[in-house]
Amino acid sequence: MKLTREEVRKVATLARLHLTAEEEERLTEQLDAILRYMEKLNQLDTSRVEPFTHAADVVNAFREDKVTNRPNAEALLANAPDKDQTFFRVPKIIE
Amino acid sequence: MNPAALTLHDAGEKLRKHELSSQELTLAAFQRISETDDKIHAYITLCRDAALEQAKQADERLKRDGSTLPLLGIPIAVKDNFLTRGLRTTCASKILGDFIPPYDATVIKRIRDAGAVITGKTNLDEFAMGSSAENSALFPTRNPWDGERVPGGSSGGSAAAVASDQCIAALGTDTGGSIRQPSAFCGVVGLKPTYGRVSRYGIIAFASSMDQVGPLTKDVRDCALMLEAIAGHDPADSTSADRSVPRYSEALTGDVKGLRLGVPKEYFVTGIALEVEQAVREAIRLLEKNGAAVEEISLPHTEYAVAVYYIVATAEASSNLARYDGMRFGHRAGGKDLLETYMLSREEGFGAEVKRRIMLGTYALSAGYYDAYYLKAQRVRALIKQDFDAAFQRCDAIITPTAPTTAFKIGEKIEDPLQMYLSDIYTISINLAGVPALSLPCGFDANGLPIGMQVIGKHFDESTILRLAYAYEQATEWHRGKPRMED
Repeated sequence: MKLTREEVRKVATLARLHLTAEEEERLTEQLDAILRYMEKLNQLDTSRVEPFTHAADVVNAFREDKVTNRPNAEALLANAPDKDQTFFRVPKIIE
Repeated sequence: MNPAALTLHDAGEKLRKHELSSQELTLAAFQRISETDDKIHAYITLCRDAALEQAKQADERLKRDGSTLPLLGIPIAVKDNFLTRGLRTTCASKILGDFIPPYDATVIKRIRDAGAVITGKTNLDEFAMGSSAENSALFPTRNPWDGERVPGGSSGGSAAAVASDQCIAALGTDTGGSIRQPSAFCGVVGLKPTYGRVSRYGIIAFASSMDQVGPLTKDVRDCALMLEAIAGHDPADSTSADRSVPRYSEALTGDVKGLRLGVPKEYFVTGIALEVEQAVREAIRLLEKNGAAVEEISLPHTEYAVAVYYIVATAEASSNLARYDGMRFGHRAGGKDLLETYMLSREEGFGAEVKRRIMLGTYALSAGYYDAYYLKAQRVRALIKQDFDAAFQRCDAIITPTAPTTAFKIGEKIEDPLQMYLSDIYTISINLAGVPALSLPCGFDANGLPIGMQVIGKHFDESTILRLAYAYEQATEWHRGKPRMED
């Protein structure tokens, strides 16, 4: 089944990516080729294989719930595209 | 001899004997950078002043207490996806803008505590996504052995910097071969440790179930010393292993007698360059002659690794890169509302390969496709890991080529993403299984380009692969080759 431009547009919206018409066209073609290659996994019967979860046998890594880093609003805001005193300024979220 | 051409262990010895100062060594590295980096373009950001200050402090310390800190006074280059406090970190992406990290990655803190002098931040494929360093949003890095060719990727800047003596050693990250393949292409030693051996805290995430930090060095002993300095448990990374760190350098006996080596038949099939195969087979014969027991083994699911990897890695990347939304840091585009601001910021900030991988990963995780792609890939990944578990019942290490060819030409594969992905065929299974592997030089092709051999080990058994690699290196001269960049 060939990947369609509509599907690519839908996935781009899910990924919060605006694509130009040219990007959309190129990605439809490239992703289709890559997904076709990935179909080779269907050669394998994996119905009795448990999916991989972690490379080593690990148990939960618990630690004390205590603060180890001091809050430093100034340093954290230093990279903000827009700010107001000690707050990030962002576009309006609720209409 | 230019002091910057020294290995870490030789430079360290000279520093401790006061035959060389860290300031002289650091200046020599910056001298090399100014002579060669207009051709190589290994570095994105240089920090000469800070480095010279660190070198000065190292010299005072060497004079004062004869300190034996393992990296004291040693100039080290760092891939630009490690957060470095107060030092611009770009990940070779436009989306981070002029990001100045408010803290150091754990590994950066460790090398600073061990006395290292940081020379600068090296180039990479944007977000470590690529096999050639051509996907950098800033500029491509060139291979020191041939300026028309790629240095490999994604840690191409770190590999090129080590190969051209612009530093003594470097740090990289490896998600699917990003330390080992550029090490092979540039003729240096590079190690991807076991998943969990080195902290990932403060490393810009690409695919969190596979990302791992490791060293790129001039020889195997340096690699062991660097690993000793960076390995170990970190409470800030819940996936880092709470296990003691061996003295890896003590494993370097020079002896391979009794080691059982597996050679997987699936790694010597169509697609491998004849000279690469010959060099690796010759290396295997030498190891056998020196007392290792060699047998052919099978890793039957090898042919599925590329498909599995580019589903799992892109799925994880699509999730990890969701944080680049233009709100708290990085590039923000002007949009008419919140959604448009997100979409335009990401459109403008990400390069073509990153977008392609976000799209692929989002597709693989989206409703209706999750089972067919992501879950299927994780099931096949379990089979790939079982292949390694079974092989390591019979052998102590596995030997393969690091890459099917030597360094390819700039522009040769960039238009065909699938061909580029297939060039990772020998390295990605290792990340999928979480085992450690290193690449070391094992010859040159007819064009004078380095060939790399990969040594794969059991989980947390870096000691054995370092021992094997060291013994091979002692018996050969390949690691002494240096690129000629003067003409």
